[in-house]
Amino acid sequence: MGWMAWTWPTAFVFIGIFSAMGILIAMEIRWPGGNERKGVLGLTTTRGDRLFISLLGSVYIFLIWLGVFGMPLWAPVGIAILWGVFTFWKV
Amino acid sequence: MKTQNQKAWLFVLPVLLLVAFNALIPIMTVVNYSVQETFGNNLFFWEGMGWFEKLLHSDRFYSALGRQFFFTGMILAIEVPLGIIIALSMPKQGFWVPVCLVTMALPMLIPWNVVGAMWNIFTLPDIGLLGYFMNHVLGVSYDMTQNPTAAWATIIVMDVWHWTSLVVLLSYAGLVSIPDAYYQAAKIDGASNWAVFRFIQIPKMKNVLTIAILLRFMDSFNIYTEPFVLTGGGPGNSTTLLSIDLVKIALGQFDLGPAAAMSLIYFAITLLVSWVFYTLMMKDD
Repeated sequence: MGWMAWTWPTAFVFIGIFSAMGILIAMEIRWPGGNERKGVLGLTTTRGDRLFISLLGSVYIFLIWLGVFGMPLWAPVGIAILWGVFTFWKV
Repeated sequence: MKTQNQKAWLFVLPVLLLVAFNALIPIMTVVNYSVQETFGNNLFFWEGMGWFEKLLHSDRFYSALGRQFFFTGMILAIEVPLGIIIALSMPKQGFWVPVCLVTMALPMLIPWNVVGAMWNIFTLPDIGLLGYFMNHVLGVSYDMTQNPTAAWATIIVMDVWHWTSLVVLLSYAGLVSIPDAYYQAAKIDGASNWAVFRFIQIPKMKNVLTIAILLRFMDSFNIYTEPFVLTGGGPGNSTTLLSIDLVKIALGQFDLGPAAAMSLIYFAITLLVSWVFYTLMMKDD
C-alpha cells in the first residue's frame, strides 16, 4: 500500500463515498426500485443518480470556489452539503 | 407479486474486481498524489489543495484547456454532419454495400501512433506527398512544423480522416434499421427529402448518434498520441492540448502532484460533459 501514498484526508473521502454506496445498496435490498422519481430539474433519478449528482456537483463547487476565491474551503463545504441535501430532497 | 432475486449481483462481481484493479485503485492513487508533493523515493509531503489552487490560477492550464475544447469542438462540428451526409449517401443494398463499409472501416484499423507518423511524413514540406504538392505544385506555403495555423489544420484534418468513419458506420447502422414503412408513409404524404430527414431519419438515428457523439467527444477530448506524434505540441505551444501538457508535467518535469491534480480536473470535465450530454439526450425516453 506504500506506493498508493495514502493520507488520512483522502482515505476519509473514499471511506465516505464507499459507505454512501454501501448504504444505498442496503436501501436497495430493503426497498428495491431505487425510489425513482421525476425531480425539479426534469430528470428521472434514482437514489444512485442523486448520489452521483451530489458528488459531481460538490466537486465543481470546490473547484469553482478554489478558482474564484481560493483557500480556505469552509464555505464550499457548507454549499456542498446544502447541494447534497437539495439533490436528495428535490432532484 | 414479483419475487426479488439478488443473485445477479454475484455475476457482476468479477467485472467489479477487474474494474477495481485497473481503474478504481489507480484513480484512488491519483487522488492521493494530488494532495501531496514528492521528490521520488516514495517520500510524500502534504500539500493539501495547493496544487488545485495553483492550477486553477495558471494561464498555462487555461490555454491548454481552451485548445482542447477548440479541438474537440472543431472535430465534432466537422465529423458529425460529414458522417451523417456520407451515411445518407451510402447504398442501402447491393454489391457496393460491403465495399463502402470496408473502405470506411479501414482508417479506424490503423493505430493512433501509426496515423500520427503517417501524417507527419505525408505533410513534410519537401518529401511528403501533401506537403510537396501544396508547396511546390499549388505554390501555397504550408509547413505544419513552422506555422500554427497549418499545424492546427493538419491535426483536425487528420482526426477527421481517422474518425469520421465511426460516425458514418453508427449512423449507417441507425439508417438501415428504419423500416421501409416509414418511407412509404412519407411518400404517400408527399413529404420532402428534408422532412424525411428531419422527422424520420434524425429521430430514428438519435440513439446511435448520441453514442457516436459521446464516443467522439471522449476520444477527442482525451486525444494524445496523434497530435503528439504529428506536432509534439508545437510549433511553440500552439497545439499543446491538455493531454500533451499533462504528460509533459507528469513525465517531463516529474511533477506528480500537479499532474495528478490536473488529471482529476480533466477527468471531472470529461465526466460532467458526457453525463450532461447523455442525460439531456435520453431525457425524454
